[in-house]
Amino acid sequence: MNRAGDNLEDGVLLAVVTTQKEKVYGGGVPIFLAKDKKEMESISLLMSRLFKAMAHDLENGVWVIYRQ
Amino acid sequence: MGLGIGTISRIVLLKNDYRNYPGYPHGYVTHISLGFIAAALGAVAVPALVEKEYTAVTFLALAAQQFREIRNMERESLKKIENISLVPRGEGYIEGIARVFESRNYLVMATALGTSIATYLAGWIYGLIAGSIIIAISYSFFMKGKVVGDIAEVVPVKPYFKNTLLMVEDIVIMNVGLPESREKIEKEGIAVLIKPKDDNARATLHDPSQRQAIIHTGATLLGTKAEIGEQEWTPLARKNIDTGEIGFFLLANEPDKMALVEAVNRTPVLESAKRNILSTKVSRYAAD
Repeated sequence: MNRAGDNLEDGVLLAVVTTQKEKVYGGGVPIFLAKDKKEMESISLLMSRLFKAMAHDLENGVWVIYRQ
Repeated sequence: MGLGIGTISRIVLLKNDYRNYPGYPHGYVTHISLGFIAAALGAVAVPALVEKEYTAVTFLALAAQQFREIRNMERESLKKIENISLVPRGEGYIEGIARVFESRNYLVMATALGTSIATYLAGWIYGLIAGSIIIAISYSFFMKGKVVGDIAEVVPVKPYFKNTLLMVEDIVIMNVGLPESREKIEKEGIAVLIKPKDDNARATLHDPSQRQAIIHTGATLLGTKAEIGEQEWTPLARKNIDTGEIGFFLLANEPDKMALVEAVNRTPVLESAKRNILSTKVSRYAAD
């Protein structure tokens, strides 16, 4: 269960969403390419709700979906 | 005599459990019955000893064993709820509650014992008086744990965003990606800054369990918009590592700043989080 803040367990990175694929390297999690900022936001919103996770903005055009 | 007073003392101690626990009739029944048993054990000890029945003492030992069981029972049942709750109490809080339940039964036993000694020595009126005094002492002394308001100053502040980072004063709480979420948090979120009064308080607030207890109290009393699968609304408390101040952010159902201050003020200081580092020489030396 999500128990953010209580126990200091590690969270898990579920996905990366970006408009600039050259900024993301390597694998492990799926990388979703969005055509613009708007799509990036909507994909992130949907995924954060679907995965019960949180969308974090790295402020460089890359978003990560992370579950605590 | 001892039996009656002991049971009454358990009821008195129970009635004042305002922290929503046990919040249901069955919880009361369990604890009053166990309190009754504790009182009975305390009460029969004196007449048994007078009759030179020393085996009565072993019953007391047996009782202690039973009460440890109560502690386990409380801990287990609270932990089970914890797994599915959105704003958990935290391990420290649970441990504290369980310990309190155990020790209150000892108090009941002591009350019954004291009352029946007094009754035996001086008659039932004195028994009554002794019982009331013991209840009064245990009530005022043991029920009055410290609260956060005693060790820290709580001031309301407005949470704001520095780009995507949610801030309470200069403490970073979390990164919120979605602009809509940021807008909502900026509009409705409330926060307080908890300033420890001394190094003891700072060490106490440093404890994650203590912070979780504060979060739990705040979120319970004001309501929280935290929802399954929507982590943005989760209340969080983070520390300013340089000053030891705690920033506590909450997206409340009732966004009333002063109510939040009050909620934080009355959060109990957990026994497991309580620190008294200033009592050591090293720490006093380090503090100047």
